[in-house]
Amino acid sequence: MSEIFGIPTQALFGQLLIGLINGSFYALLSLGLAVIFGLLNIINFAHGAQYMMGAFCAWFLLNKLGVGYWWALLLVPVIVGATGVVIERVMLSRLYQLDHLYGLLLTFGLALIVQGLFRNEYGSTGLPYSMPKELEGGRNLGFMFLPNYRAWVIVASLAVCLGTWFLIEKTKLGSYLRAATENPQLVRAFGVNVPRMITLTYGFGVGLAAFAGVMAAPIYSVNPLMGEHLIIVVFAVVVIGGMGSIMGAIITGFVLGLVEGLTKVFYPEASNTVIFIIMAIVLMIKPTGLFGARR
Amino acid sequence: MSLGGRTLGVIAALALAAGGAHAQISDGVIKVGVMNDQSGTYADLAGPGSVVATRMAVEDFGAAKKGLKVEILVADHQNKPEVGSSIARQWYDVDKVDLILDVPTSSVVLAVNQVTREKNKALIVSTGATVDLTGKACSPNAIHWTYDTWSLANGTGTAVVKSGGNTWFFLTADYAFGHSLEQQTEAVVLKLGGKVLGKVRHPFPSADMSSFLLQAQTSKAKIIGLANAGADTINAIKQGAEFGIVKGGQQFAGLLVFLTDVHSLGLDKAQGLFLTEAFYWDLNPQTRAWSQRFAKLHKGAMPTMAQAGVYSAMLHYLKAVEAAKTDDGPKVIAKMKEMPSEDPVFGKGQVRQDGRHIHDMYLFEVKKPSESKGPWDYYKVRATIPADQAFRPEKEGGCPLVK
Repeated sequence: MSEIFGIPTQALFGQLLIGLINGSFYALLSLGLAVIFGLLNIINFAHGAQYMMGAFCAWFLLNKLGVGYWWALLLVPVIVGATGVVIERVMLSRLYQLDHLYGLLLTFGLALIVQGLFRNEYGSTGLPYSMPKELEGGRNLGFMFLPNYRAWVIVASLAVCLGTWFLIEKTKLGSYLRAATENPQLVRAFGVNVPRMITLTYGFGVGLAAFAGVMAAPIYSVNPLMGEHLIIVVFAVVVIGGMGSIMGAIITGFVLGLVEGLTKVFYPEASNTVIFIIMAIVLMIKPTGLFGARR
Repeated sequence: MSLGGRTLGVIAALALAAGGAHAQISDGVIKVGVMNDQSGTYADLAGPGSVVATRMAVEDFGAAKKGLKVEILVADHQNKPEVGSSIARQWYDVDKVDLILDVPTSSVVLAVNQVTREKNKALIVSTGATVDLTGKACSPNAIHWTYDTWSLANGTGTAVVKSGGNTWFFLTADYAFGHSLEQQTEAVVLKLGGKVLGKVRHPFPSADMSSFLLQAQTSKAKIIGLANAGADTINAIKQGAEFGIVKGGQQFAGLLVFLTDVHSLGLDKAQGLFLTEAFYWDLNPQTRAWSQRFAKLHKGAMPTMAQAGVYSAMLHYLKAVEAAKTDDGPKVIAKMKEMPSEDPVFGKGQVRQDGRHIHDMYLFEVKKPSESKGPWDYYKVRATIPADQAFRPEKEGGCPLVK
């Protein structure tokens, strides 16, 4: 068997694939952040809490109402997205004329409150959420055993990411959105309801986080702190990709998943710091991020 | 965050002194600080439940009737050694705390142990696991109550190797506790003629274990030893099921698994797991009665061994304070070593010179879903490890207090 740096190539392929799966989560979450920042100029620190709410909402639907995974995948983003709409209308909309920092502080505070409430009610050990029957089991790829569910994560995440990118960069609706952030007065003059569009955009970004939460529920434990640990990494991903760049967030998410996967093979102890090291280097060389434009 | 902010506050002030009879009690009140993880990975297995257990001990001791005033303080050390030692300093210097109790997370235990010794107070550890506390870091100010890495390695390691699991791969949490648990289990495995095929140290905490599991799978070891705890263990077992680890013929050995972890995993994922614990609620009529009282005060959750240990330790501490007629740290600790311990939870026990409390340990197997009668009915006893064999022999620890 051939080897690279003492690691059998087969094992390496396995690790790369796993990196890609984790990258799918990074991409989904950083995409939501990028959409919200790009179009609202809000640094949404509640994103991790909203991801966690997604997972809990799925758990709740299954255990209290008997609604299964597939429906949850559709319903949860709408439900959690709706809470996002309320937050945007009631609170965030008052902050647009102020500095970025205010939005950051508000959403950070909200995240702490939501996580605290869930922790109080459900403890910190986590709740079990079973995998949908259709995706149980897996297949042997020769170099690794790939669980069907993980394969589904990659496919679904890619589809959602590319769909979102297409929506924002290539459709008429997307061009309205982008125009509204550049020059809201002008767009309003064309008869477009700008505030409503902004509200729905925030709801959509939150829905993306909730979607990632549902995806995560069967493989990680559904746990009030699940977002807290992830959000910092995801922010690093967004910073590396360039704040507000949609494609940047997607590509960086997947690539950093791969880099982290490789680190887990060669030097596992550093696997939770490697992303921040990359972030520091990128900030030194290109402060706007790899795909970011000067704003 | 200010130091005062970390101290969650005085939770309970129980019983007014009936007179000034207890002249040797500093400030006329016994102040106990329960320090643990109130909100993170280890909050469910100790956390607020340990505070409930402490309060039960104060009540059952009858402090009020005996004219002893006991005050309980609570703080969240966030599993960070520097946070733990600064709370300890604040408690000892400013709040006049006499005893620090519980303390999960080995790295924090060792930090607080140092401060306690420096300030000449008392420390009783229930949830923390490092065996060094009764070895090279042992102190006349500290007692280790419930279990340690040696007793876990000895219990689970021996049982697993003897039942044929002779090749191992370790998944180890990358800090003092994980290293110590891995080391001791490895020693047991090697001693019994087994082999260690590899190990990987994962960051603490780690939500995603898939990469490490894959390395364990490639190693073809029969047993994957989980030298971690809490959510890390849960995620490893949960994701292991997904990657077909058990179906592929490999087995997990959970080296530190608490009842709350099994509760979170569900029996279909946890069944068949071997684990070593000092306590299980359904052992005998006394443990059942005590645990049901506990559950009523703690959202219906049955106690873990960590929480039961806090109760048992606190009760013995109060008895020693009463007997020694003082709450001076080293004097009470010395008294605790002198008196045999007895309570409804751990039965009879004794504290050795090195600070190790010894009692029976149990090897459990997690029930199949079909064997369980409902929530919290999870374990069957596979073996009782007698107190004199359950812990590291006093002479082997290298504790300077042992002559």
